[in-house]
Amino acid sequence: MIQALVLKVITKLMVGFIILFALYVQFHGDYSPGGGFQAGVIFAAAFILYGMVMGLQNVERVLPPWLTHKLMALGVIIYTLVGIYSFFVGYNFLDYGALSPAHPEHGQHYGILLVEFGVGVTVAGVVISIYYAFVNRSKTSKEDE
Amino acid sequence: MQSNSGRKKIESIIILALFIFLVISAIGVLWVKHLFAAAMFSGIFSFLSALLFVMLDAVDVAFTEAAVGAGVSTILVLGTIVLTTERAKEWKASDNLRPLLLVILTGAILIYGSLDMPEFGSISAPAQTHVGLTYLESTPKDIGIPNVVTAVLASYRGFDTLGETAVVFTAGVGVLMLLGGFIRTRSRRDRG
Repeated sequence: MIQALVLKVITKLMVGFIILFALYVQFHGDYSPGGGFQAGVIFAAAFILYGMVMGLQNVERVLPPWLTHKLMALGVIIYTLVGIYSFFVGYNFLDYGALSPAHPEHGQHYGILLVEFGVGVTVAGVVISIYYAFVNRSKTSKEDE
Repeated sequence: MQSNSGRKKIESIIILALFIFLVISAIGVLWVKHLFAAAMFSGIFSFLSALLFVMLDAVDVAFTEAAVGAGVSTILVLGTIVLTTERAKEWKASDNLRPLLLVILTGAILIYGSLDMPEFGSISAPAQTHVGLTYLESTPKDIGIPNVVTAVLASYRGFDTLGETAVVFTAGVGVLMLLGGFIRTRSRRDRG
């Protein structure tokens, strides 16, 4: 953990904006550059920044490792469920027209939004989990010495 | 027309400058003995390539490069430095002769290969003449969103992206198993 006051104050200010930007990239991906993958990484970067400055215990209180492990799988499940849903309603796999049969174009919007959300959740989960694993490992190897 | 060619000139000057900085930071990574400085140089390298992607109008790729390449990988490299050692091993200059020859040879082959590629932004390039045109034409009426990249990624090639997400998931699980990320959390929960 770092004892620098300025870093801590600035980090507290920044984290909110970084998460807000991640959400913007996530849900505005239809209209502006970006999408699930980028948003997931930016979201993870906010937590990694917080973890680096405030210490691992504090960030693990907000987002515990068991939760990030579940998020990794949850994203893929969300994505697949969209596909399976369209399957059961009588459309092709991942044909987003199924989500709004009266307006296929709206269905495409919903589908892309859901699917990108799934990608974002998985990517954020993976990146944060790997960061946790790295930091935990360096901590235990320090204890061994 | 006059202003357009002027803009092109400025753009090529910026791209050239970015490439020069890119080469400098790549040499920096190899030159410095302190691994922390090398990690910073590789972060700078990623940021410069992100800027290059912006210059080439590939904003999505630039986003990813800036967040993953410059942000997360730099942090993971720093984590590795904490786990291993802070200084590079000493090496003699004569040890590097064969790797240098190999690099020059590979680079020469790559440059030779690039001579066959169509000119940058050329209308007759395969990227412009194949399915790309169809996607650009049909996205507004099929899907109705302005970002064609997202439309191709999430809708036209949705199945591919599902596979990609599964790959990210699998890679994450693999790395966590190597690092012991799963075991530690279980033992912590037992304690708590």
